[in-house]
Amino acid sequence: MKEQHEAHHITSYRFNAIIWGALLVLTVVTVVAAQFDFGFLNVVVAMTIATTKAALVIFFFMHLHYEKPLFKILVFLTFFLLAIAIGFTFFDIAYRY
Amino acid sequence: MSAIKDYTGAKLGMWLFLFTEVLLFGGLFLLYAAYLHKFPQEFHVSGKELNVVLGGINTVVLITSSWFMALSISALQQGHVGQSKKFLLLTLAMAAAFLVIKYFEWSAKIRLGIFPDSQVLLARPPGDVIFFGLYYLMTGLHGLHVIIGGGLLSFAYFLIHTGRVTQKDFVFLENSGLYWHLVDLVWIYLFPLFYLIA
Repeated sequence: MKEQHEAHHITSYRFNAIIWGALLVLTVVTVVAAQFDFGFLNVVVAMTIATTKAALVIFFFMHLHYEKPLFKILVFLTFFLLAIAIGFTFFDIAYRY
Repeated sequence: MSAIKDYTGAKLGMWLFLFTEVLLFGGLFLLYAAYLHKFPQEFHVSGKELNVVLGGINTVVLITSSWFMALSISALQQGHVGQSKKFLLLTLAMAAAFLVIKYFEWSAKIRLGIFPDSQVLLARPPGDVIFFGLYYLMTGLHGLHVIIGGGLLSFAYFLIHTGRVTQKDFVFLENSGLYWHLVDLVWIYLFPLFYLIA
């Protein structure tokens, strides 16, 4: 049997540190942003920052950026399904109350 | 003897499992969203009672743990076994720190009589009861994931220590890492939703 070699991406310590720093900065940003009242936009602002942080974790710490397209499609599909579930529920809730 | 490892298959399996976790927590986030819509004022008032400082520290702790996790994998891939193990221990230390902080947070609330089905909580408006119900349910389920993740990482440490996870065969460490990062991901959303949006 022939041994199969797959290419593995190795993330450098330096790059990992940059992602960590970016996540810390965004955490400070979200806490500071919460001190201001944007009304309805409070949720939008907080969730946008959280999603930016999530994207950094998924793409770089979880290496999705370096994975095959299949992985990217599946991750997109999962979050798309979640968005449909939450979105459609809100069509209902928004017109009910 | 060398076993052929299907890395793509192994990682795909882990990702598929993580998707079921996303949908599990997703269901609870949906509940949170619907009740926030119904009780904005009560969620606002109740959320103010949570300790932002402790929640913020825990966010930093988990982000840092994720960083150490990524470093542990990078180190092992480069053949630095000792470093990889050190980073893994640091990840575990962060997991323990998270749980200790969470313990103090929960016990402070419980001492005030705020916990599911308590007389103090039931005397308050329905929106408050739902907010704290979701708080205990979601942070509790998340805490359970931290404990399971810690167990998984300890096992990965044992496998590296006994030479069964190596520079050439590290998919177990990588998959444990994927689980650990998911734990971090969930908290990234829990923190603003419970501690800040209010």
